[in-house]
Amino acid sequence: MAPRSRLHVPHPPARPGQEPDFSYLEISPAGAVNRPDITASARDIENLSLEMVRVLDDEHRSVGPWNPHLEAEELQVGLRHMLLTRLFDDRMQKIQRQGRISFYIKSTGEEAVAVAQGMALQPTDMLFPSYRQQGLHVVRGRNLVDLMCQCLSNTRDMCKGRQMPIMYHWGSGNIFTISGNLATQFPQAVGWAMAAAIKGEDRLAASWIGEGASAEADFHHAMTFAAVYQAPVILNLVNNQYAISTFQGFAGGEHRTFAQRGPGYGIPGIRVDGNDFLAVYAVTQWAAQRARASAGPTLIEHVTYRAGAHSTSDDPTRYRPKEEWQAWPLGDPITRLKQHLIVLAEWSEERHARLEKELEAYVTACWKEAESYGTLTGGPALDPLTMFEDVLKQMSPSLVHQREELRALQASAAKQPHSAPSVAKKG
Amino acid sequence: MARMNMVQALNSAMDVMLERDPRVVILGEDVGYFGGVFRVTEGLQRKYGEHRVLDTPIAEGGIVAAAIGMGVNGLKPVAEIQFADYIYPGFDQVVSELARVRYRSAGEFSAPVTIRTPCGGGIRGGQTHSQSPESVFTHVCGIKVVMPSNPYDAKGLLISAIEDDDPVVFFEPKRIYNGPFDGDPHKPAVPWSAHPRGEVPEGHYTVPIGRAEVVREGRQASVLTYGTMVHVAEAAVRLAGVDAEIIDVRTMSPLDVETLCTSVCKTGRCVVVHEATRFSGYGAELVATVQEQCFWNLEAPIQRVTGWDTPYPHAFEWEYFPGPARIAAALKQVTEAA
Repeated sequence: MAPRSRLHVPHPPARPGQEPDFSYLEISPAGAVNRPDITASARDIENLSLEMVRVLDDEHRSVGPWNPHLEAEELQVGLRHMLLTRLFDDRMQKIQRQGRISFYIKSTGEEAVAVAQGMALQPTDMLFPSYRQQGLHVVRGRNLVDLMCQCLSNTRDMCKGRQMPIMYHWGSGNIFTISGNLATQFPQAVGWAMAAAIKGEDRLAASWIGEGASAEADFHHAMTFAAVYQAPVILNLVNNQYAISTFQGFAGGEHRTFAQRGPGYGIPGIRVDGNDFLAVYAVTQWAAQRARASAGPTLIEHVTYRAGAHSTSDDPTRYRPKEEWQAWPLGDPITRLKQHLIVLAEWSEERHARLEKELEAYVTACWKEAESYGTLTGGPALDPLTMFEDVLKQMSPSLVHQREELRALQASAAKQPHSAPSVAKKG
Repeated sequence: MARMNMVQALNSAMDVMLERDPRVVILGEDVGYFGGVFRVTEGLQRKYGEHRVLDTPIAEGGIVAAAIGMGVNGLKPVAEIQFADYIYPGFDQVVSELARVRYRSAGEFSAPVTIRTPCGGGIRGGQTHSQSPESVFTHVCGIKVVMPSNPYDAKGLLISAIEDDDPVVFFEPKRIYNGPFDGDPHKPAVPWSAHPRGEVPEGHYTVPIGRAEVVREGRQASVLTYGTMVHVAEAAVRLAGVDAEIIDVRTMSPLDVETLCTSVCKTGRCVVVHEATRFSGYGAELVATVQEQCFWNLEAPIQRVTGWDTPYPHAFEWEYFPGPARIAAALKQVTEAA
């Protein structure tokens, strides 16, 4: 018989009811990967895209050339930021389940990516996140009330009720507005970085996408432009193994690591243990020094695991084993940093429990304040007429007209409060 | 004043703005060393350097995205998309990003990007070098859409676009880059030097975005059109022997409703002309607007003369092109109706 072509349809290692299986994951021992000079050419350091930079070993000590040698105090700050991010996420998820916000996306299990990176960068560096880096806002000192008000679309919502929950932005904090369309921010960050270089500024841009979104053309555009102009940008690919229900094999992860795409463009690719706070910090510091020295961009693949659902709209037990997170070989970033601090005698279970309690109370207080500015169902509300603002800097004549049309409708509805048409319910 | 064709006028606009404003940068395929496939950016890189006038990879999505990032970082990028037919790989970045950055961030971020792109047919460009996709962009809120019909307007509108704090998609009808074209491909080409609007100031001036222009006054009917078709409409008016008013829309979004509707209410008869395809074309918006504003003044059904609803065919472009004969027929139809 003549040979026939057949498709290879990727299958995840385990489905619901099966044993979790992470044997596909290649993990380097902590401290085993070399730390090259920041001026090294992409060609000479391709091994970084295959191996895995890790600093924390199995005994929770920091080892090897990538050890960033952070002060204990800085590690405690990192732990605090990660813990606050997790508690904030947990609370918002619960609040969504109670129907008090419409939607939410947690970053549980991958807090080290945003927090360690946020800490390794300068406050003046411009960040172009995806929707799972709320830790960046936490690191830069954003009041949680602001984030909550955005999720509530209330009178203090930075987006004035125009965006779904978690699509934050922060002009003065140098964090760009989240799109909702995947990967679009990646090449924008490159353009921002190009402008910084054109202006001769000492600032860099960093952006994040998931491994799933790396299949978009925007990834290719970002990599090409970053490589061509050697833009001062750090391109982060957060490989949390899943794009909603689809495992990383559908983004092309079965055949090559995602970091290996870097050398293909002439950009160093670094594969890092994304749940190792110290390793993430160290590679970010390396990439930042490289960018500031005009030595070019870096692609960092953060190997991590999305511990929760993609969002509040999907149930992961429908497509992956329930116990997968417990079986994840790179552990929990918060637990690992906590254990490291305990080994250093700079932390204890008691202090941890105390901190957790303190942060819980802080989140509760923030939520109380946020709710006082209005909720989806009551309290003070945004004026719907503001929806016509900011389409253009100056409202066009046709928009002025449309706004006045709505204003007149509202005025006549206010005069006859009971005349609103009721929706007939089907029996 | 100098005699300029549209290519020179556009070049002059960018020259003036690169000189005046250090935030202005030019980027696009072949725009740097070579000066652009239509020569619109000729000499600019030599004059302003490689950091102000950048050749880019062939990636329209990347060009638009990079321009957005630059705009967010305080520059005023002018991105060239080599043909409007190539703009679609950048469409998501225009629609979901460029047009929305200001809105979704409640004004905290914005990207004042100008996208220049040659459009229209009649150059033997076939279906991938002839399109007029303006209605695809006028349907998007958050961007302005402009198409000049002569060198004077081209320079003044491009300077306005670059100075604008909002994104502008700037269509350049390439059939009239070198001279006004009246729709007859068999006649010898006419240069801009013979046309009053080929007189262009060498320095800075603006033509405001959002304002249409009456290019020919008339009493019997109103022709609403833009780009190349302004000149074709002028020929058609002569051919039909109708005293028609011709309005050059110039800015498709935001639209100067007042100028258009004042004319139609005066004449009571209206023909809408564009080169783009008919169904859901920009003409549909013009017709709807005129109907809303001028219904009680209308004496005849409004006519649309457009490209056929087919891709632009290479071998049959003059059968496809909405030339003077078709416009003249429509003019007769509206003026002879009861």
